[in-house]
Amino acid sequence: MKALDRLMCTCRRRSPWLFHMNSGSCNGCDIELVAAITPRYDAEQLGVQLEGSPRHADILCITGPVTRNAVGAIETVYGQVLNPKAVVAIGSCPATTNVFIDSRTIDGPLDKHIPVDVFVPGCPPRPDAIIQGIVKAATILAERAASPSPPEAPKPEAAPEVQA
Amino acid sequence: MNLLTALARLLIFPGLLFCVPAAWFFLWVERKSVALMQGRIGPPFMQPFYDFVKLLGKDTPDRPGIVGLLMRLWPLLAVASTAGAVALLPVLPAYGGFQGDLILLLALLEVPPICIIAAGFSSRSIFSEIGSAREAALTVSYNVVFLLAILSIAAAQHTFRLDALAHLPPSPLLWLGIIALVICLPAKLHINPFSLPNAEQEIYSGPIIEYSGPELAMWELSHGLEWVAATGLVATLVAPQIGTWWLAAIVFVLLCCGLVVLLAAVAAATARIAIDNTVRFYWQCTLVFAVLVVSSAILMRFRS
Repeated sequence: MKALDRLMCTCRRRSPWLFHMNSGSCNGCDIELVAAITPRYDAEQLGVQLEGSPRHADILCITGPVTRNAVGAIETVYGQVLNPKAVVAIGSCPATTNVFIDSRTIDGPLDKHIPVDVFVPGCPPRPDAIIQGIVKAATILAERAASPSPPEAPKPEAAPEVQA
Repeated sequence: MNLLTALARLLIFPGLLFCVPAAWFFLWVERKSVALMQGRIGPPFMQPFYDFVKLLGKDTPDRPGIVGLLMRLWPLLAVASTAGAVALLPVLPAYGGFQGDLILLLALLEVPPICIIAAGFSSRSIFSEIGSAREAALTVSYNVVFLLAILSIAAAQHTFRLDALAHLPPSPLLWLGIIALVICLPAKLHINPFSLPNAEQEIYSGPIIEYSGPELAMWELSHGLEWVAATGLVATLVAPQIGTWWLAAIVFVLLCCGLVVLLAAVAAATARIAIDNTVRFYWQCTLVFAVLVVSSAILMRFRS
């Protein structure tokens, strides 16, 4: 039984499938995420695949400062990703709402609405940093699924400092 | 002896014990060769296995009623029929018993596309319905050529028995038929340039967009098994007659791998073409092959 659990843990860690969601991003982080799966960075070595449907995904990658319009969509898509799942917030916007802080049209940051596992700071972050964040999220996902009682809302690991 | 050989064929080679790892291996060869051609390193050797086990460990959404039942049924039916088709392939020299025939093999190969179409319409998503409609149009187009080619090879030999077809002497008719079959394979396997039923950037994943967890794992497995069955069918027609069973098995596996690399190269080198162009390609260009094969088969029957 233990061997089976260990096998499942390895498989979860080695096969992170992503779903990318834009919550009002300026497209800067989005093209960096796309760059991370191009031949130059080749994230497929780590088993990373960008999926078209949240039903297929394990890791939800969210960019953007969470506009009011995007809140409902984020909650729906988060519900559509099936357990075990993890969330990666890409860029400074979902972490702190960045330069849009105190805007009337923004309802951020992201961890107000859904639990976030990994923050990848940067405006935009480099593809290397995004890949590292995804690998970290995959490890968290595998460990959480292996532990008997998953934590309710995992605390964000090193949240970047607010620089308004 | 007959029962034992039949069981061994169904369960060991070319049956379940061979075809499931072979399905993963071919999926890996496909992804790896595309990666190498793009100057990447590509996924590790065990990647399709990791994906499969991970998907088995995921939750599935709660779907009550008949829709849920149907959506659970289609991938299982696709896997079962493709595994059966692989087990029917006459790789090893047979010694009596139930050998199956070409019609059964073709029927089993036709079940997965029907399952995909039905699955797309059962899941009631707009993207999967578009994907299913495209799959249906594609199936109607390539199957004309596929079936005509393979049936004319059989008709020229006056037999539908698979083991007789496996040991055909090489002839221009056979090679013409095999070329027609190979042209149909990218459409049958949904790879570029005929990947429009599951076009990733246009309609997300097409018919299987609503599937998740173990059900999606079954679709992945059935796709891998389709690779084994389709390349295996061509490999058995091409393979020379070899008495020694292990040598025959090795030649079969090598031929399959070569075909997978060839198809992956075509997939990496081409872009997806639209549905009207695809249908036109099969009905106008490729049909020439089928007509040639059928007419030469008829000529051969008159001469013999």
